[in-house]
Amino acid sequence: MISQTFTVANPQGFHVRPTKTFVEKASAFPCKINVINKGKKVNGKSSLSMLTLGIAQGDEVTLEIDGEQEQEAMEALGPLFGQIHE
Amino acid sequence: MTTKQPIPGIAASPGIVIAKAYVAEAESFVPELASAANPAAEEARLDAAIAKARAELEAIKNDAAARIGADKAEIFEGHLLLLEDPDLIDGIREKLTSDGVTAEYALYETAQGFIEVLQSMDNELLRERAVDVKDVSGRIMSHLRGVPHASLSSIAEPCVVVARDLTPSDTAQLDLAYVQGFVTEIGSRTSHSAIMARSLEIPAVVGAGEAVLAIRAGATVILDAVEGRVHVDPSPERLAEYEAKKAAYDKNKAELALLKDRPTVSKDGHRVELAANIGSVKDLEKVLDNGAEAIGLFRTEFLYMGRSSLPTEEEQYQTYKHVLEKMNGKPVVIRTIDIGGDKELPYLGLPKESNPFLGERALRFALRREDVFRPQLRALLRASAHGNLKIMFPMVAVREEWLAAKRLLDEEREKLKAEGAKVADRIETGIMIEIPAAAIAADTFAKDVDFFSIGTNDLIQYTMAADRMNETVSYLYQPCHPSILRLVQMVIQAAERAGKWVGMCGEMAGDETAIPLLLGLGLHEFSMSAGSVLPARRQIASLSREEWKAHAEQALRMSGHAEVKEFVQQQRRSVTV
Repeated sequence: MISQTFTVANPQGFHVRPTKTFVEKASAFPCKINVINKGKKVNGKSSLSMLTLGIAQGDEVTLEIDGEQEQEAMEALGPLFGQIHE
Repeated sequence: MTTKQPIPGIAASPGIVIAKAYVAEAESFVPELASAANPAAEEARLDAAIAKARAELEAIKNDAAARIGADKAEIFEGHLLLLEDPDLIDGIREKLTSDGVTAEYALYETAQGFIEVLQSMDNELLRERAVDVKDVSGRIMSHLRGVPHASLSSIAEPCVVVARDLTPSDTAQLDLAYVQGFVTEIGSRTSHSAIMARSLEIPAVVGAGEAVLAIRAGATVILDAVEGRVHVDPSPERLAEYEAKKAAYDKNKAELALLKDRPTVSKDGHRVELAANIGSVKDLEKVLDNGAEAIGLFRTEFLYMGRSSLPTEEEQYQTYKHVLEKMNGKPVVIRTIDIGGDKELPYLGLPKESNPFLGERALRFALRREDVFRPQLRALLRASAHGNLKIMFPMVAVREEWLAAKRLLDEEREKLKAEGAKVADRIETGIMIEIPAAAIAADTFAKDVDFFSIGTNDLIQYTMAADRMNETVSYLYQPCHPSILRLVQMVIQAAERAGKWVGMCGEMAGDETAIPLLLGLGLHEFSMSAGSVLPARRQIASLSREEWKAHAEQALRMSGHAEVKEFVQQQRRSVTV
């Protein structure tokens, strides 16, 4: 299992659109992907659960990835937190 | 009936409608806890209901894309995604199997769990996502039960829809041949239904509270989605008043809409540029909707405010890049950090100053704190590869400050190039004129800047020596005072002699009394709040540059603000009559 922490850049936090992008990418990987914010951990392949994390700008979000292609998944998903989305 | 108080609400999508009320029944089905004999059969029922919901949503999505554009129809893509959400769908399945309950009950309980969490969130945007879960789970539920999903698409006479709330699919399916507007009890400007109302250009008042539920079907309703008010059963006088208001509003709107994608040209063919001021990426939609030709001022302070540490270079780069890409080649003037004065940043621990407006603010601060300034310059330089960027330094008083800022910019450019980063070959770089010293000596800057932008809010404050936060001296805020007009003229003349352009990005640029004078003085670019762009374009189209050149000369010699204003109004009347 690997894990890494990222700071969220989007002014409106990680709301619907960025979440959708994230979940679509996450769902393409076979490994297990968990997202942790403020102590709460959810399934990174569920947009609904991701939204319940209420990720805001400046939040430190940890990605915990376990299984096949975990390194590729980290490289594909981590940078999404540092980008500006609409 | 006696005159009643109007119901106040949030004007979510502007316009005025007078029509009969159509009261949408709220649908709230709560299944009873019932055990099911055969979980496999329940799961099959669930799958069938989901498949039907999916087909229905596909159809709504395609229809919405055709009516309001693919970007707004994205909401339904989100709904389709919910039908595949592992935590929602597998959650229902697990409940079916482990608790041995009906599909209806498992669906209700699972969806309700998410709805409650979302409704309790601090963030308004996330709270509203509860509506999506309700919309989607309600759709599956109606297929499970075999009853049609309640829909407003069957409305067949002109009306204002009155509802507790409208789901995105309700709103997207409104038949605009009949539905002229809507009012809801709950909701905000950023609810899906409010956003959709704006794309459909249908007037809407949301969040009007419980009073909405008392509106009878068939009652005459005036929906004032300009002021955010709903009048129910209005008096004949009120009705007459609103019929006139509606006619004027609709005429004005139609006129302005025609100007949206047009250039800004005076009656005698003189072209100027109308730009918008923005404070964050959230303002971009308004800029594009109002047909601004550029962004004349992007205040970058928001990036630094409302947080506990400095934004990184990367964070800033992403923001600037996003704005440049959205503007798609149109000019974007980004102003470097302008903190101090009335804008404080607690985490920088700056000392309290007794005269902050005369203290270490804006460029003065940036030049001393290169650790803050250089990352911003780097972010700007990197972003320049993605559009038409112009960089502007605020609060320049003397030439040395401008040269120092320019030197830092050039140094960072060389470093980035050495690192192999992409930077635009040429980036126009200019200064804000907001200190009288810079206005008076504009000619000494004109040789080596690419442009000036006059920041009138501060220029007036410093010229009049009147704190703009102090109400007792607010009478000195006199944009059309000859002293201000003369400074503006000096700046424009200095720039013209050197072949440079001049913009204005203070309140004055969008002021209808000032606009004719500024056109006469030869201002090249007017930057204002996005909502003022179309009215300004219409006004400029009615003005003759040559005539106002002479009028402006006259105004410069007048004795005061009142005389200038009176003169401008007289001239405007004599032309329009």
